[in-house]
Amino acid sequence: MMNNSLVMYDEDYRKLLAIIQRLVQDATAKGVFLVDTNGQMVADAGEMEGIDTTSLASLTAGNIAASSGLAKIIGEEEFPTHFHQGQRDNLFITLVANRIILVVVFDERSSLGLVRLRVKKAGVQVAQIFEEIRKKAEQEQASGGGSPFSEITDDDIDNLFSE
Amino acid sequence: MSFINYSAREINCKIVYYGPGLCGKTTNLQFIYNRTNPEVKGKMISLATETERTLFFDFLPLALGEIRGFKTRFHLYTVPGQVFYDASRKLILKGVDGVVFVADSQVERMEANMESLDNLRVNLAEQGYDLDKIPFVMQYNKRDVPNAAPLDELRKLLNPTDSIPDFEACATKGTGVFETLKSSAKMILKDLRSMSR
Ligand SMILES: Nc1nc2c(ncn2[C@@H]2O[C@H](COP(=O)(O)OP(=O)(O)OP(=O)(O)O)[C@@H](O)[C@H]2O)c(=O)[nH]1
Ligand SMILES: [Mg+2]
Repeated sequence: MMNNSLVMYDEDYRKLLAIIQRLVQDATAKGVFLVDTNGQMVADAGEMEGIDTTSLASLTAGNIAASSGLAKIIGEEEFPTHFHQGQRDNLFITLVANRIILVVVFDERSSLGLVRLRVKKAGVQVAQIFEEIRKKAEQEQASGGGSPFSEITDDDIDNLFSE
Repeated sequence: MSFINYSAREINCKIVYYGPGLCGKTTNLQFIYNRTNPEVKGKMISLATETERTLFFDFLPLALGEIRGFKTRFHLYTVPGQVFYDASRKLILKGVDGVVFVADSQVERMEANMESLDNLRVNLAEQGYDLDKIPFVMQYNKRDVPNAAPLDELRKLLNPTDSIPDFEACATKGTGVFETLKSSAKMILKDLRSMSR
């Protein structure tokens, strides 16, 4: 079934966080975000306080979805990287393993060349973690269980709407 | 495709509001946005034309509360209803957990309703989803207009086997809007439960 959830455990999350925190430093970036292609924020790192990460995730996913649609129209498989240049801040966006989007925000303290180089390495590592997550999900499915939702009752669900 | 995050103890689900142009999808989200507490909602994003027709999508994140220590978040999206935006509609459906179909009650929009419902089925199938198997809720909107088709007629056309929950609504006043949303959210959570058993 298509409808498998993306399930992320604490240890995977920590590994991903470590990778993007290192990327912030290595690329002298202001912020790095990992976004699911369906628009969910997975992890963020850096100094960008007060930024609306939920909106960022949804728009990034929309952006990637639209440009991969465009790619197909002109006979390309995908446009795996995107660069948006601003007055002060720039965005570098990469699609990793067709599953997860790596977003880097940087300013004049860094450069496109450096960001591109560092993202390449980090992207490989992120892809590995997601491969592990996928394997775990398969095992879970085979053994049938583990989800916090197997236990919930109708009352639990109704209570959510009781106010 | 829900996202269960054990680290943040969160579960995220995606609801898509589908339906023909001008049926009131964006109005549903606006009403929900205006009537929820600030701590429950995030920013509403509308990618629209100058005439306020949805161009790509509307997006509204909602946090509904906790279930067994997990924050449950719902991401509401609308599609652009105008026929020629089909490529965009397909993109928005990616990773959907539940669909709300907003039908326009005006008699002269019956064909547009049917066409949009067919289009939904086809676009879902393209992504490997079966409309009969995913959480699906029907809303008959614009019940207040003078030229509204009788309820029986709408049902006969849009929910002939009475197999899905359906609601009458007037999205501008908010009637039926939260009932529709709650029904969809409940179906999604029950669906998640049955899949994890
Ligand atoms: N009378 C009446 N008008 C409504 C109702 N719901 C929405 N409208 C009006 O219908 C028009 C279109 O509503 P939208 O919510 O923008 O429609 P939409 O489905 O998002 O349209 P697209 O973005 O083009 O797909 C607006 O002028 C709304 O005020 C309703 O229940 N009754
Ligand atoms: Mg709209």
